[in-house]
Formats: sequence, C-alpha cells, structure tokens
Amino acid sequence: MISFDNVSKRYPGGYDGISNITLQIDPGEMVFLTGHSGAGKSTMLRLIALLERSTRGQLRVAGRNLTRLERRQIPYHRREVGMIFQDHRLLHDRTVFDNVAMPLIVAGLGHNEVSRRVRAALDKVGLLKRERAYPVTLSGGEQQRVGIARAVVSKPPVVLADEPTGNLDAELSREIMALFQSFNQVGVTLLIATHDLELVRRLGKRTLVLSGGKLIQDQKNFSTHA
Amino acid sequence: MRDAILRKSSAKLSSRRQLRPGIWLTRHLQVALSSLGRLARAPFASLMTMAVIGIALALPSGLLIVLDNVRTLSGSWDGAATLSIYMKQTVSDAQTAELAQKLRLDSGISEVSVIVRHEALEEFRQLSGFSEILNTLEENPLPAVMVIKPDESHSTPQQAQLLADRLNAMDGVEFAQLDLQWVTRFHAITTIADRIVWVVASLLGLAVILVIVNTIRLEIQSRHAEIEISKLIGATDSFIRRPFLYSGAWYGLIGGLISWLLVTVSLWLLEAPVAHLAGLYQSEFELSGMDVATFSMLLASGTLLGLVGSWIAVGRHLNSIEPS
Repeated sequence: MISFDNVSKRYPGGYDGISNITLQIDPGEMVFLTGHSGAGKSTMLRLIALLERSTRGQLRVAGRNLTRLERRQIPYHRREVGMIFQDHRLLHDRTVFDNVAMPLIVAGLGHNEVSRRVRAALDKVGLLKRERAYPVTLSGGEQQRVGIARAVVSKPPVVLADEPTGNLDAELSREIMALFQSFNQVGVTLLIATHDLELVRRLGKRTLVLSGGKLIQDQKNFSTHA
Repeated sequence: MRDAILRKSSAKLSSRRQLRPGIWLTRHLQVALSSLGRLARAPFASLMTMAVIGIALALPSGLLIVLDNVRTLSGSWDGAATLSIYMKQTVSDAQTAELAQKLRLDSGISEVSVIVRHEALEEFRQLSGFSEILNTLEENPLPAVMVIKPDESHSTPQQAQLLADRLNAMDGVEFAQLDLQWVTRFHAITTIADRIVWVVASLLGLAVILVIVNTIRLEIQSRHAEIEISKLIGATDSFIRRPFLYSGAWYGLIGGLISWLLVTVSLWLLEAPVAHLAGLYQSEFELSGMDVATFSMLLASGTLLGLVGSWIAVGRHLNSIEPS
C-alpha cells in the first residue's frame, strides 16, 4: 500500500528530513512510527500525503507513483489519505457536523449521502450527540475524535496520524488507540507517528524507528523486542 | 487481496470527475448563496466596498447617459441639415420650378421647397425690418432659393457635400450652400466627449478591479485556516477558488445596482431644470433615463469586473497557502 524506495527529502539549505529510506507497508497493516522529535516522522507522513515532494527515490502509495504525480492530481490523492493531527486542525466557526462533512463536500457527494456518512462516522467515534456543537465547547479528547471522524468519513484506504495522542492523558490515549484498532480491523492501512513508546509496546504492532532521518529499526512486533 | 485494493483505489481515482450535473448545479447554487450570506454577515464592510464600486461605476454610466441625451438633441438637428441653392438672378421663377421638379426625382434628395423671388423678398422684408428701404428699390435684388433636404442615406456631412458639389455644377445655379459646418463641429465635439467618457470608464473600471482584488485578498487572509484544511483533505483548486469568485461577482453585481440607483436619482434631480431650460428654447426635449439594455450592460460589466478582480486576487494569493 505504501512503498518507499531509497526516498530522501532534503530541504533548501541542505537539511535532510529523511535520507535513503526503503520500506514497504502492506494493505491492512497498522504501523507505528517512532523516534525523537526531528527524527523525520512528520516528514515521512508529509511525503505520503504529498504535502511535500521527495527530492530523491521512488514513493508509491495505493498503486500511484507520487514522484510523477501531476500537481493537479494531488487533491485526488489526498482524498485517499486521511490525516489526523496533534492539534486537530478543526475549523472553529463550524459545527462538529460541518467539520466532519468537509471531505465529503470536497469530493462532491450529495446532501443525503453526506448526512448519512457523517452521522455514521460521528457514531463510530461516539460523538453523534454533539454534532451541532462547536469545537471550542469540546474537550481535547473529543476534538481529537472529531479530527479522526473527519479523517475516516470518506473511507480512505490509508490513514496517517501525527502524534494523535500528544496532548491527551493515558486514559484518552487508550481510547483513541482502540478506535484506530477498530479501523484497522475493517482493512484500513494505518501509519501512526508517536513518541509514546509505552503505548506502542502495549499494542505490539509493527514499529519503525527513525533517527536523524534514517530508518534504524523495523520491528514486526515491538513488544517482544522490548 | 492487495492487488484488489490497489485496483479499486486507482479505479476510484480515474472516475473522480464524474459529478452528476444536478449535484454540480446545486453545489454552485449553494456556494453562490453562502458567499452572499458571508457578505451579509458583515453588512457594513460589504456595503462600503459595494458603495465604492457603485460610485466608480455611476460616474462613467451617468456621463454616457448625458452624452446619449446630447446626441438625441443633435440628432434632431441633423435631420434639419439642409442645402440652400441660390439661383442666378437671370433665372425666372418658371425655370426654377422646372429645375425643382427635376430635382425631386433625384434619388439623393427627399424634399425640395422653392422660395420664388418675390417670396424671398417678402420674407426678408418681414424678418429684417428693412421694409422702408426695400420699398425704395426698383428691382427685386434677391434670387430664388431652393431649400433641399437630402435623403436620409445621403445625410452624412461627406455625402451632403458631394450633393452640394453636384448641384453647384448645374445650369442656373449661382451657388449651393451646405449648412453643415456647425453640425460637423458638433459631431467632432461629441466624439471627443465620447472618448473622454471611455477613458474615464476604463480608469474607474480599473479602480473597481483594484478595490475587489484588495477586498478578496483580505477575505482570503481571514479564511486562511479554512483554505489550508480544505487543501489538506483534497479540495481542488477550483473548489477553493469558487466561493471567492462568487464573492467578487456579488460585489460587482450589487455595486452595479448601487450605481444604477445613483444615476437614476441624479437624473431625477436634473429632470426639472432640464425641462425648464428646454422650455426656454421652445423645445419638447426630455431627459431620457437608463434603458434596459444599458441597465443590463451596467450589471454585467459590474459582475465581470468583480470576477476579474477576484480572479486576480485568488490567482495571486491562493497558491501561497499550502498546508503544513
């Protein structure tokens, strides 16, 4: 589903985001990405969502060669990659419902289909009752769940999460991870960047460790290694 | 399994553009209305911008209407443009009448009226107030005159001049005078006025575009987060552009309506004094207002200027916002 072949990202000024990364993530896998801040976790996610272009190597996502994708094709690629952020990135002048509906409206779905799918996604994250609320009236955990609902509402085959539990306590983090596992069970490929090693160990999933922009470890089952 | 998923997702990508026409139309309507709603939510700021646009459009359209009115006035003079043919003294009234009869059959002439010699003298006597002196003359010093109205198709200054030259060459004609010089001059003046109006219109049109560019630029800035997130979740450039283009079009359209209002009120204020002035000249002249064609032109050009302005703003500023 995601394959890096000698991919490097060098920023103007010579700083390397990641260098020479080669790896393969199969459809339906749930993979963690860890490492210190600045290790290149975010860069990897940004390359997959085409927020940035790699400077070298071949990067393929869902059968598409991103290195050769035209600029005007980028939106259609992003519709198949759901993104979740540490700071949620919600629009505060819109209700929970309208925030979650955005990807569907962008994709041009009809009104009824949008309502149906948004309600299903909000139900999934347990916020159906708050659909008319504004994000500021929600707690951090709830806001993150709205962000998750927005990322999965259009049923993308790939979901990326950048420090999704960064601001949450252990209890809420567990809830969020349980949510991710439930998406994974229905075949969604997940790549989650986090530095919460405790959480990663407990889940026992494949884990990639980055350091200084290089892949230094690729463990099938992180808990057994630890 | 993996291949199946890959195939499915690439099929999805290639079928992405097939939006049903109904949905497409509904979407445009929704965006148009929500853009209008956004303007209505900041009524004071929106109205200020629209009023600036309205004033900028009102000036050239008002001037154009004034110019049109002046042209209507000169049009009625144009029709009166005539040629006066002064016959030689030796030509008798009968010969003049004969020539007049011949000229009536001429294709370039629509009307010929003859003032025979004694009528000319009579007229001169009445109008000049020299009746005493004229009575002392033994012989009528005035020639017979034919007043010729050119056919409509021959009424331009150039053609009338050709006609005058032709008549000048005829037997018995002393000389043919074309009373068109002042009409030609008047035409020249209105042509200059016309140019001035268009120059003013172009400059103010440019001003309207600049006002809209700036307004839309501010709107883009204030909706920075929304644009960024929209791009993040796969909105196409045209999707993001659309609400701003509609905003620009609304500014232009409503600005056009305001300018229509301003012009109408100004004309209404001018109506009474113009009627008074026309009365002093025994004229039936009435100020004509904005007709439907001009009104639609005004709205259309307002909308177009709005679109152009927002297009420029969007082109310049939208690409600079990329999700991070």
